Amino acid sequence: MIITGETIDYVAALAKIQLSEEERLRAKKDLGEIIGYMERMNELDTTDVEPMSHAFPLSNVFREDEITNGDEREAMLLNAPNQKDGYFVVPKTVE
Amino acid sequence: MKLYETVIGLEVHVELATKTKIFCGCTTAFGGAPNTHICPVCTGMPGSLPVLNKKVVEYAMAAGLACGCEITRRTKFDRKNYFYPDLPKAYQVSQLYLPICRDGKIEIETAAGKKEIGIHEIHMEEDAGKLIHDDWDDCTLIDYNRCGVPLIEIVSNPDMRSAEEAVAYLEKLRLILKYIGVSDCKMQEGALRADVNLSVREMGSTEFGTRTEMKNLNSFKAIARAIEGERKRQIEVLEYGKKVIQETRRWDDNKDTSFSMRTKEDAMDYRYFPEPDLVPVEIDEEWLTLIKEKEPELRDAKRKRYQEEYQIPAYDAGILTASKRMADLFEETIQICGKPKEVSNWLMVETMRLLKEAEQDVDDITIPPKKLAALIEMIDQGKINRTVGKEVFEHIFKEDVDPKEYVRRNGLSINQDDGRLREVIQSVIQNNPQSVSDYHSGKKKAIGYLIGQTMFYLKGKADPAKVRMLMEAEL
Repeated sequence: MIITGETIDYVAALAKIQLSEEERLRAKKDLGEIIGYMERMNELDTTDVEPMSHAFPLSNVFREDEITNGDEREAMLLNAPNQKDGYFVVPKTVE
Repeated sequence: MKLYETVIGLEVHVELATKTKIFCGCTTAFGGAPNTHICPVCTGMPGSLPVLNKKVVEYAMAAGLACGCEITRRTKFDRKNYFYPDLPKAYQVSQLYLPICRDGKIEIETAAGKKEIGIHEIHMEEDAGKLIHDDWDDCTLIDYNRCGVPLIEIVSNPDMRSAEEAVAYLEKLRLILKYIGVSDCKMQEGALRADVNLSVREMGSTEFGTRTEMKNLNSFKAIARAIEGERKRQIEVLEYGKKVIQETRRWDDNKDTSFSMRTKEDAMDYRYFPEPDLVPVEIDEEWLTLIKEKEPELRDAKRKRYQEEYQIPAYDAGILTASKRMADLFEETIQICGKPKEVSNWLMVETMRLLKEAEQDVDDITIPPKKLAALIEMIDQGKINRTVGKEVFEHIFKEDVDPKEYVRRNGLSINQDDGRLREVIQSVIQNNPQSVSDYHSGKKKAIGYLIGQTMFYLKGKADPAKVRMLMEAEL
């Protein structure tokens, strides 16, 4: 896979970020190097290797189905950029 | 016009009946003042970490087993990324690569007979918050109480060919999920929601046509109407020589039509990747066996058993098992008093009538089995007759009265004293000479009127069969 200017524009659009021309060029170079490194990995024979799904050798970390949290609305809303009548407020999402 | 075949696949989202959310200890209770069931985890505050609710995995396994699925022994979660404020993390924790259940099937029955519908997969994920659009202030208000409520998404194969089959599939699925107790499936509360994938093709063709996906369907009627509407729309497009566009459409039940939401060209790229905050889930033989052993007898098995074990007719067995609540009540009552046919009758006739009158859901029946059993025994022992029994039953149904106490307090027990009964019969005979002479001149039906009069004087507190016997003797 080759990272082109279009790839950077597409990924930036998906992430909803705007890049300056300088940042765009740097991202293209950085991502290109990362993908290049990954391509080297593809040269390895991994036929009998199970894909890794997590970095730690851990599984089955659970909690029991018991209510531990109460009404913390006031504290939670302190983090909201804007609030009204107990709701979080955001710019209108529909026309 | 050519003949067309409709091809339908359904994606059903079901909220699980756990007490808490999938990754945090917030309650899943429906409703509640906005944002009173939230915490840093389900609102995606930086630095918070999700921990998986074990019950969610168990419910998903139970649902999979009941739908004949293979259970994935090593399953994990993935992130589905999209920006919309109903998900404060800007991604939904879901399962793409290793869903917990795969390759199941359920059997449906329509007028055309029985048919199997394949289940492609079942995966676990989190529900999103609710948006309210505030026209007054030109902004959107968000309630995150529902955000993080556990869901399973059940994806069918494109095996259905009509609205009737789709509704039969949904009804069967709902029944199974309610039987195993993993969800209450209340559609009015959004606990069961369906998206419809639909395409049409010329009859006889083996290739699928281009499909559309319809969202926003929250009742079986809306689903049936949406399928009919979309089928017609696609056929019209094809008949005009145009092509169906692969897109997501929103069904508007009030306008009876669907509207395009987004086409494939601007379809979302969700950039799925493995969820690094959650470790994989390993399901061993022991855990799987534990869940298998807990599976209750399902409807089809119950219906068959009722017919074989209790000689209940097929139709009646169907109604008794149409809800788990009703089936439980039936079984618990016959545990106490036996008489399955009697118990079945009270549930089939009187209970159904009262439910209909009260516009109540069968899941909300509160009749205690002990009281129903006591009532049936009183009738069986001749302490009250059937008419009085119905009255008592109605009071058990509505006010949860104790049947014995109620009969005693209202003086409803049958007059056991033959002497008093004879007196009343004799006076009825004396006061109704016309009916008596009708009876003697061969109009045997006239006795009905005389029995009726006797019952009237005794305020119904007599056994009609006994009155008839004594009446015939006196005449």
